[in-house]
Amino acid sequence: MAQTDMKQKAGAEPAVPRQVERNRMRAVMNNIILHLHPTRVPAPALKFTYTWGLGGLSTLLVVILVATGILLMFRYDASVERAYTSIQYLETQVMFGALLRSVHHWAANLLIVTVFLHMLRVFSTGSYKQGRATNWIVGLLLLLLVISFNFTGYLLPWDQLAYWAITVATSLLGYIPLVGGIINHFLLGGSEVGQVALRNFYAIHVALLPPLILLGMAYHFWRIRKDGDISQPQCQENVEKFTTIPYLVQIELAAAVLLIVGLFLWAMSVPAPLEALANPAHPPNPAKAAWYFLGLQELLLHMHPLAALMLPAILLTALALVPFGEQRSDDIGIYFRSRIGKRVALVAALLGLALPPTLVLLDEFWVDFPTWLPSLPTLISNGLIPLLLTLGGLAVIYGAFRKGLKANRSEATLGLFLFLFISLIVLTLIGISFRGPNMAWVWPF
Amino acid sequence: MTTSTRMDSISPDSQMSRRNFLKLGAAALGALAVLEISAVGLMFLQPRSLEGEFGGVVTAGPVNSFPPGSITEFPAGRFFLIRADDGGFLAVYRRCTHLGCSVSWDPGLNQFVCPCHGSHFDELGDILNPPAPRALDTFLVIIEDGVVKVDTSKPRTREEFESSQLVYT
Repeated sequence: MAQTDMKQKAGAEPAVPRQVERNRMRAVMNNIILHLHPTRVPAPALKFTYTWGLGGLSTLLVVILVATGILLMFRYDASVERAYTSIQYLETQVMFGALLRSVHHWAANLLIVTVFLHMLRVFSTGSYKQGRATNWIVGLLLLLLVISFNFTGYLLPWDQLAYWAITVATSLLGYIPLVGGIINHFLLGGSEVGQVALRNFYAIHVALLPPLILLGMAYHFWRIRKDGDISQPQCQENVEKFTTIPYLVQIELAAAVLLIVGLFLWAMSVPAPLEALANPAHPPNPAKAAWYFLGLQELLLHMHPLAALMLPAILLTALALVPFGEQRSDDIGIYFRSRIGKRVALVAALLGLALPPTLVLLDEFWVDFPTWLPSLPTLISNGLIPLLLTLGGLAVIYGAFRKGLKANRSEATLGLFLFLFISLIVLTLIGISFRGPNMAWVWPF
Repeated sequence: MTTSTRMDSISPDSQMSRRNFLKLGAAALGALAVLEISAVGLMFLQPRSLEGEFGGVVTAGPVNSFPPGSITEFPAGRFFLIRADDGGFLAVYRRCTHLGCSVSWDPGLNQFVCPCHGSHFDELGDILNPPAPRALDTFLVIIEDGVVKVDTSKPRTREEFESSQLVYT
């Protein structure tokens, strides 16, 4: 009896009809999708220009990074003697080696862009309010993880950029009061970047951080469902709803395909850079960090390292606390909150374009607190004073939004956020294009 | 049976049942195990600087080979050996005190220049302009039998140049 059954199964006619099997597989697939998404989505939330698909695109980039990263691990040697040559071998000898490295490199760069824009979207639509505070903070932690990934990843090629960027960045960590020296010593395992540092960064990059970011992402996604899915304006009534399958999934698939095609085309036409072999005796001039750290490096030119470190730390803490200071919920899901909010946003953006370059130029050619105040230690004259002036300036801008533009707290906070966001972009551009030998100001045109 | 009565007799007003006692004990042992494993992990990661890397005593050469007012770079030792005009020796670590870039000697300017963030140091490694917070670190100079040796095991920090830092034959 059993034997004849087996024979039938092995024959031309399968025991389970193909159509039934296909339906079952589709049910499983749909089940997975519906664990990530609700069954039905309000029509306005489906609009691409509401979310710009930034969370999903970031997720896809992480998947691409994990896949290419695993492949790269099979070809990479984490030793000072062989790291650079293994990358050279990858670039010139290994089939598709240059392509995979390039995809990994550009996906990591693009991920920085997409997570920052994702944060901008969430802040501009007030989507961190009303019970979403936890997920907002988880998002900030994920942002720090992405930055840590990039930071640990770029020592690995062991070229000049890698060596000096890590030297500068670890020295910067050394300025953190009390624990700075310990962290610095732990990461480097000595007084300079060397074999121990390379091995450390490799272990952190490929073994410590990946599970952390995957756990963080899982929690981030679960929390979105828990908090009532994509944020939407509360006042809406009788909103039309569409089923997730196929309406949302279609959009996601299209965005994913576009991203993959765009990323691969870009990676094929612009190879990942590889500078000369690391030379501990001679930093390149100018010695610049990777582009996403140039905003921070620009701060270093104007402040004591401790102050340049304190400023982002203070702003990041403030960013984490923002949801707890805002009770308003009637402007959730509306870009820039309101008419006044839009005006504030415009003024903030213009201010962000104008003020940082002005201050940079003033400090470059005129302001010099250490010379003006020779009796004070540089920690105060070049650290505390610029830091307090910056924070004071931010307070004045916030006050101007409140009083001058009659903005409420929610709108003024958004204005301040946008000002800082644009400022960071401007400082980054200054670092990329306007800094020449000895990091002195140069005109690129 | 007998044990419970014995426990009762030891502390009659004790609220702790045997179950809770075992739970507490297991928790305490668990905490101890976690502590031990963390200590093992930390000690495992602790001293990882490699032997044979930079950080020993470097023999620079006979005193006479360094004329007064000269600056000689020792790339492997990561220091510059300075002989001041009055004949005193000073070994400065090439690591910029700002953020760790390697400074280079610019004979035209007569200064050490850091290419990363533009700090300048004079011919004795003293700080000329920020962002560097202090003068270049120094290494111990030992002069034995007319030969200059530099101990690169431990950089010594200093705020500014003082004449006591110079070593004479």
